[in-house]
Amino acid sequence: MNLPRYAAGRLLLGLGQVAGITTIVFVLTEALPGDAAVVIAGDHPDPARIAAIRAQLDLDRPAWQRYLDWLADLIRGDLGVSLISQRPIVDRLADSAGATLLLAAVTLLVLIPLAIALGMLAARREGGRLDRVVSAVSVALYAVPEFALAILLIAVFGVRLGWLPPTAFGADLLTQPSVLVLPLLVLLARPICTISRLTRAGMLDALRGEYVSHARRLGITGSRLWLRHALPGALAPIVQQLARTTDWLLGGVIVVEAVFVIPGLGTALVDAVSTRDIPTVQALCVLVAVTTVVVNLAADLVAFRLAPRTGAVR
Amino acid sequence: MIHSPVTASRVSRRGLLGGAAAISAALLTGCGPGGDPAASSAGQPRRGGRLRAAFAGGGVNETLDPHQANLFNEASRAKAMFDKLADYGPDVSIQPRLAERWEPNRDLTRWRITLRPATFHDGKPVRAADVLYSYARITDPKRAFRAKASLELLDLPNSRAVDDRTLELALKRPFAEFPNALAAFGAYIVPEGADSFERPVGSGPFTFDSWQPGRSLLLTRYDGYWEGGAHLDELEYLISNEESARVNALLAGQVDYAHDITPTTARTHADGGRMTVIRMPNSTMQSFAMKVDRPPFDNRDLREAMFLLTDRQQLVDTVLAGAGQVGNDLFGKGYQYYADDIAQRTRDLDRARFLIDKADAKGLRITLDTASVASGFVEAASVFAEQAKQAGLVIETAMGNKDTYWRDILDSGVLASYRSGAMPIETHISQRLLTNSTTNATRWARPEFDALYAKAVASADDATRRQAYGDMQRTLHAEGGFLIWGFADFLVATAPGVGGVSANAPANTLDWARFDKVWLG
Repeated sequence: MNLPRYAAGRLLLGLGQVAGITTIVFVLTEALPGDAAVVIAGDHPDPARIAAIRAQLDLDRPAWQRYLDWLADLIRGDLGVSLISQRPIVDRLADSAGATLLLAAVTLLVLIPLAIALGMLAARREGGRLDRVVSAVSVALYAVPEFALAILLIAVFGVRLGWLPPTAFGADLLTQPSVLVLPLLVLLARPICTISRLTRAGMLDALRGEYVSHARRLGITGSRLWLRHALPGALAPIVQQLARTTDWLLGGVIVVEAVFVIPGLGTALVDAVSTRDIPTVQALCVLVAVTTVVVNLAADLVAFRLAPRTGAVR
Repeated sequence: MIHSPVTASRVSRRGLLGGAAAISAALLTGCGPGGDPAASSAGQPRRGGRLRAAFAGGGVNETLDPHQANLFNEASRAKAMFDKLADYGPDVSIQPRLAERWEPNRDLTRWRITLRPATFHDGKPVRAADVLYSYARITDPKRAFRAKASLELLDLPNSRAVDDRTLELALKRPFAEFPNALAAFGAYIVPEGADSFERPVGSGPFTFDSWQPGRSLLLTRYDGYWEGGAHLDELEYLISNEESARVNALLAGQVDYAHDITPTTARTHADGGRMTVIRMPNSTMQSFAMKVDRPPFDNRDLREAMFLLTDRQQLVDTVLAGAGQVGNDLFGKGYQYYADDIAQRTRDLDRARFLIDKADAKGLRITLDTASVASGFVEAASVFAEQAKQAGLVIETAMGNKDTYWRDILDSGVLASYRSGAMPIETHISQRLLTNSTTNATRWARPEFDALYAKAVASADDATRRQAYGDMQRTLHAEGGFLIWGFADFLVATAPGVGGVSANAPANTLDWARFDKVWLG
C-alpha cells in the first residue's frame, strides 16, 4: 500500500471516529442524573428557578434537537457557547489548551532523548550493573501512582525544603519555568520506564537480528552500528508507545493539573462535567478525539517510514 | 438565596488527594524553630502591597456577573467590586451599606431609601436609577438570578426615583423585614445598563484590572471608595479546587491567604508558625432533615426521640474535628432573634428508647440520604447511625449523586444530611418552613406557624417580631423536622504577616471573604 492512500483512509476513519465519540458522549452526558439547571441551582433548588434556568439555557428543547443544532454548528466550525459562562467556548479553552500543550511539549522534549539514552545504556551490557540499576529504578517509578509521587515531591521539595515552588498558582508558565519542574518529574516517571524498557528490548532484539549481524560482518562497529543500524529497527514500537504517551499528555493529566494548579484541559473537562455544561464537554471531546486521531496517524506514518519491511504499521 | 454557596463538585477531588496536606504536615514537624506567633507579626495596618488569595472556583467558564455569584470566590469578588444597599453584620442583622437609611410608610408597603454619596469606578455617582435598574435586572422574569426570589415582593412599576439619591420602593404586600431583601445574596447594585461583566464597573473597594478565567483575577484599590480606600494596593484571586494545593501554596509563600481549609489542616498547622488559622464561628448549620409529612417522622414522638438520641458533642468532636459548637435544633445560633433562652438539649438515651417504644419503632430501618456534597456529610451520617443504633433504630445510609443532591432530597426520602450557611432567621423560615416555601426539605407545613410568621413580618414593632420569632422557634425546638446538631466554624488560613481578617464573620456575612480591611504586615 502506498503512503498517501493509506493516510487518506486513516483520515476518513478518524472523522468517523470523532463523530461516533461525540454522539456517545452526548448520549452519556444526557444520561447523567440532573442537568445544568439543577447543578446551577445547587443548594437552593427552588423549582421555579430551575425551570427558569432551563428555559434560559434552552434545555427544555428535546435532546436530539439540541444535538443536531450542535452538529450543524460544528460543521460550520463553531464549537458553540458554554451554558455556564454564555461565552464562546473556543475563547475560554484557548488558555487551557495552551497550558496542556506546553506541559506536553516540555515533557516530550525531556522524555524522548532521556528514555532512549537510558534504554540504550541498559542494553549495552545486558544484565550488567547499569542495566539492573536502570531497570530497578524505572520499574519502581512505574509502580508509584502519579498523585502519590506528586504529593511526596511537593511535600519534600516544595514545602519542607523549599527548593521548588509546590504549585503553579498564578504563575506564567513560560516566564517562571521553575513551576514546571515538579509536574514534569511526575509526568516523566511512568513514560520513562515504558520507553526505556522498550528501547532496551528493541535494541537487544535488533543486535541479535540478522540485519545487524550482517552490518557487523561488513565491519561496521561501535556507535555507528548502534545508531545507524540497530536503533531504527528498535524505534517502531517506541514510536507507537510515544504516540500513546503524547495522547495521554494532550488530553490533560487531571491529577497533575489539580495538585500543581495548572488549569489545563483536564481541569476544564472535570469542571464541565460537574456543571453539566454539555457544549463544553462536547467541544473538549472533539478536541481530544481529533488529537488522538492525528497523533496516532502521525505515529503510524512515522513507523511506516521507519520500518516498512516489518509491516509494523498496525 | 443566601445559602452557603455551592461547592458541590469540589469535594470528591479533595477526597482523592486528601492525604496531601497530612503528608506535608508530617514532614514539616521538627522543622526547626517555630517562628513568631503570627498574630503579633501582623502589627498595625499598613498600606500597600498585593495580597494573593487562593479560592476554590468554577473553572474557565466562571463569570464576574455579581448577580450570578454562587461559589465562595464569586461571592468574594462580587463584594470586592460591588456593593449592596445593605449587608449582614456579624450577628446577621442588617447593616446599611450603599443605603444610608431606609424608612417604611405606616403599612410597610412603601420604603423610602436614601443613598449615601458614592461613585462607581468610572467616576459616575451611584444613583437611584442604578438601583432600580439592578433590581429590574435581578427580577427579570426571563432570567434566573439567585436573588430573584428575595426581591420578588418588589412592585417595580410602582417604585420610583424621587431624586438621584432618594428612591421609593413599592412592595406587593407589607413586609417589615424588607431590609433582609436588600442584603440578599447577589443583590448587588450595578450601573444602569450594565449587562456584560467582562470588565466590571462597580462601586466596591477594588477596581477591575485583568482577568484570566479559571486562573486569576487582579483588582486594584479604588481610592474613591465611600468607606475609605483599602489598605492593599492590589488584590489577586487565584483558583484551585484542591485544598491541599491552597495550603501548600500558602506554606511555600506563593499565596498569602487560603480560603476554606479543613479542620484537619487547621489542627496540624496550628502551632507551626507558618500560617495563621482564622476561625469564623456559627458559619455552617449542620443537620439532618426529617420529613414530617410522611412515615416514620410524621410521628412527633419519634422526632423527639431522634433529638434525644443524638450525641451532639461527639459529632462536633469527630466530624468537625472540634471546629464548631453543638446545636440546639434551631437555626441561627448567635444571630439576631435566636432564642437562646431555650435550654440546650442533651442526650437522654433512656427517654429516647421510651419514645421509640411508644412510637412502636423499635428496630425500625430508616434510610438516611447523604452524599459527599459538603465536607463531613458522610462522616456525620455514619457516626449518627452508630448513635441511633444504641437507641434501637437501624439507620442505613444511602449515597446520592452529589451534583443533584439538593434537588433530590427536596421531595424524596425521609431523612437527609443538610447544611446551611448564614442568613437571617426570618429568611431561613420563609424559604424552608412555610407551607408555600420553595425549598422546604422537612415538609413542615402548619397554618398556625404560617400565621405566626405573617404576624411577625407585618409588624413594625421589634418587640412583637422578637416575640413571634421566639414562639416559632419554641415550636420547632419541640417538634420540628430539623435535627440541628452543630454549627461548624468556617476556616481560612493566612500567611503570618497578614492582618485584618475578621474572625467575627460567619460565612456569607459582610466581613467574611472581605479584603478592603486586610493588610500585609
